[in-house]
Amino acid sequence: MTRRNRITKTCKPILAARAIALVLLLCLGSIHGWSQQNNQQQQNNQQQQMRGLDEQVQEIKSDVLGIAAELNQLEEKLLYPSGTQVAIFVALAKGDQMRLDAVRLQIDGQLVAHYIYSFKELEALRKGGVQRIYVGNVATGDHKLEVVVDGKLEGGADFSRTERFTIRKEVKPKLVGLTLSGTGNTPIALGEW
Amino acid sequence: MRAGRRLIGFSLALVLAAGPTAGGDLRDLYFGEALYHAFQGRYFDALQRLDTEVALHRGLDQPELDTLHYHINDAEFSVGDFELNYRMHHRAGRAIKAVLEGAVDESVRNEAAFRLARIHFQKDQLDDAQNALGRIHGVVPVEIRDDVEFLRANIDMATGRPGDAVKVLQQVHSDESLTGFVAYNLGIALFEDGRNREAIEQLDKAGRLPATDGAGLAIRDKSNLVLGSMLFESGDFERAKQSLDRVRLEGPFSNQALLRAGWAEESAQQYDRALVPWNILVEREPTDAAVQEAMLAVPHAYASLNLHGRAAIMYGRALEQFTKQIEKVNASIGSIREGRFLKALIREESRQDETWVIRLRTLPDAPETYYLMELMASHDFQTALHNYLDLEDLQSRLKAWQTSLDSFDDMIKLRSQNYEPLLPEVDAQFRDLDSRIRLRLEQRKHLNERLQSMLTAPRPEYLATAEERSALERIALIMKRLGDADDPESLALRERANHLRGLLTWRLETEYHERLTAAYVHLNELNAQVDALTKQYDAFVRTRQAATHSYVGYDVQIARLRERVGDALQRVEILMARQGHMIETVAINQLDVRRERLVAQQNQARYGVADSYDRAARTQSGGEGR
Repeated sequence: MTRRNRITKTCKPILAARAIALVLLLCLGSIHGWSQQNNQQQQNNQQQQMRGLDEQVQEIKSDVLGIAAELNQLEEKLLYPSGTQVAIFVALAKGDQMRLDAVRLQIDGQLVAHYIYSFKELEALRKGGVQRIYVGNVATGDHKLEVVVDGKLEGGADFSRTERFTIRKEVKPKLVGLTLSGTGNTPIALGEW
Repeated sequence: MRAGRRLIGFSLALVLAAGPTAGGDLRDLYFGEALYHAFQGRYFDALQRLDTEVALHRGLDQPELDTLHYHINDAEFSVGDFELNYRMHHRAGRAIKAVLEGAVDESVRNEAAFRLARIHFQKDQLDDAQNALGRIHGVVPVEIRDDVEFLRANIDMATGRPGDAVKVLQQVHSDESLTGFVAYNLGIALFEDGRNREAIEQLDKAGRLPATDGAGLAIRDKSNLVLGSMLFESGDFERAKQSLDRVRLEGPFSNQALLRAGWAEESAQQYDRALVPWNILVEREPTDAAVQEAMLAVPHAYASLNLHGRAAIMYGRALEQFTKQIEKVNASIGSIREGRFLKALIREESRQDETWVIRLRTLPDAPETYYLMELMASHDFQTALHNYLDLEDLQSRLKAWQTSLDSFDDMIKLRSQNYEPLLPEVDAQFRDLDSRIRLRLEQRKHLNERLQSMLTAPRPEYLATAEERSALERIALIMKRLGDADDPESLALRERANHLRGLLTWRLETEYHERLTAAYVHLNELNAQVDALTKQYDAFVRTRQAATHSYVGYDVQIARLRERVGDALQRVEILMARQGHMIETVAINQLDVRRERLVAQQNQARYGVADSYDRAARTQSGGEGR
């Protein structure tokens, strides 16, 4: 077997920082000669068709996002009118490395949410994302909120805390933010909007 | 925090570089929710949330009182980022242009210009990219300073000015996240500029940089692989081998490195040493092109070592493997033509993690996915695949919405059935109560006015008790009956009546201040009652309105939405069919090329078997002859 053109020209520069290995593989593809044997004309046609389709896909995405926005508003009006709406959010304290496993919420003694977190969701919380864990309806006035948090601390110890709060629902929508911390003095901090 | 804007938008697999508003910094929960979706790669949900929030914010009379006000710059950038990640380049470009043309400070404008340049660069619009970068003047946020220069160098390279790219990259002293990429690109720029010796030195440096994360390790491997290839081309086989040996055995470039390491040894006529990497390689995934090449390289090395018998066996194995692989490719093509490829791609369970494409290849009884990794090497295929997956996601959303709209209809109907018979009676009772409440409120108002006037014009009789008022009326009646009679009895009675009236007047006059104070106290007590009543009244009015709003006025909106959803679903399905067809065509074309190559390799193996047996026989007969 003779040494064929196994090694062609060097690869192009990497166009992006922090691209994952799969993307780097794309570049590797060009090192290989076999994919370049495709008919150029056929490829050009395909590329043109592909771009045309891509434009259309972008358009439909935009339209569907528009529909989603209107549907959201309709849903909110129908299911959670502002007079009774209460939304509860969960965030992790900045830099907290607790492994959050689950959060349970009770409003006036009724279980309203029991959420178990996946790895991706936990990572999103650690990066500063906020989860809307519950949205529902309550009458105006005072309500008891019980929050139960289960997880593991960075060292591996179990973490379980229960806190009880009183929240006051006014005429406007009520937003409640729960900031969880495995290490701080306040494991479950409540913020009201 | 600006760090959150550092979405790197060049490729398909993009991640947020850092959390912008973790924990206590966040002032707007819904913005946080959008980030929560984005951090999980759910850009549709992120956009849906953030679009709504930004639109609501813009519609406010006093947006500075809104909590999103604290993040509005981040939010507007994030919209563009999310759109970019959701492969909506047009909208992303528009969003960023809007920031660029808005009344924002210099650093924000510069960041927007950078982002716009990046989008143009991605779309191969190099002039536009350069123009956008040209709009950067003055203060550049420190977080993007290196990214700007990195992009500038890439544009220089893409426009055939590697010398300029070298100058730019030599000035970039970035953080760890970008170091490997800068070092590698500098090496390539030097090479493109014809400075081969410096390029080799630079890539050697890039190949030795410390790295901890996946991307850093991958770019280091890539540097070593390219360096090894360059040294190999220049005939420096020993150094080429050293460089290739630095590529990790488990990384994405491992197969290529092993293959080339073997060729480096082979070129130095170290056939036995060439067999070491190649023998590792032939045990790997047989659908990989490098592995297949090694299947021929191994017997080639044995033949070079005059081990023709061994070479014949290995060529035989390669022949067998190529025949199998050709069957696999044929099965893949057949399976794709039957439409099973698209079904495999959209399996939900397959897409739960980032390695789903790799895992698809190992699905049993799914020939359509065996060569997926090779297909993924084509940019066209990737674009088509991601569009297809996005369309599939839109389709499932739209179908779910159709069901939601049906549920809304049912809900509205049920609410109507519940409220319609109740409300007339409730309204009648309310009207009655309403008039009584209004009357009482009017009375209270009148009392208040009277007390206010008594502060300036005292009227003791207004503060008489009911008993006193009755007594005064009776005295007045007695006096009226007595008239002008002047008989002794009438005179005595009149005197007694006057006396009694005097007594009452005395009491009213002397107790006036105490009574007035008491009246004020009572009126204030009444105020508390009136306030409670007013609250209850308002609550009732709100509840009553909410009852009506819960089922009245939705018909037109729901009908319009149903039409839009239906129309969008139809368009999505047409596009999915086209996109699916395109994917199948690209896949089959790629597999055809692959099959041609496998057939050529099969022929080479077949020839190798015959040739090696022939040589082995000749060697054997030569040996016997001696």
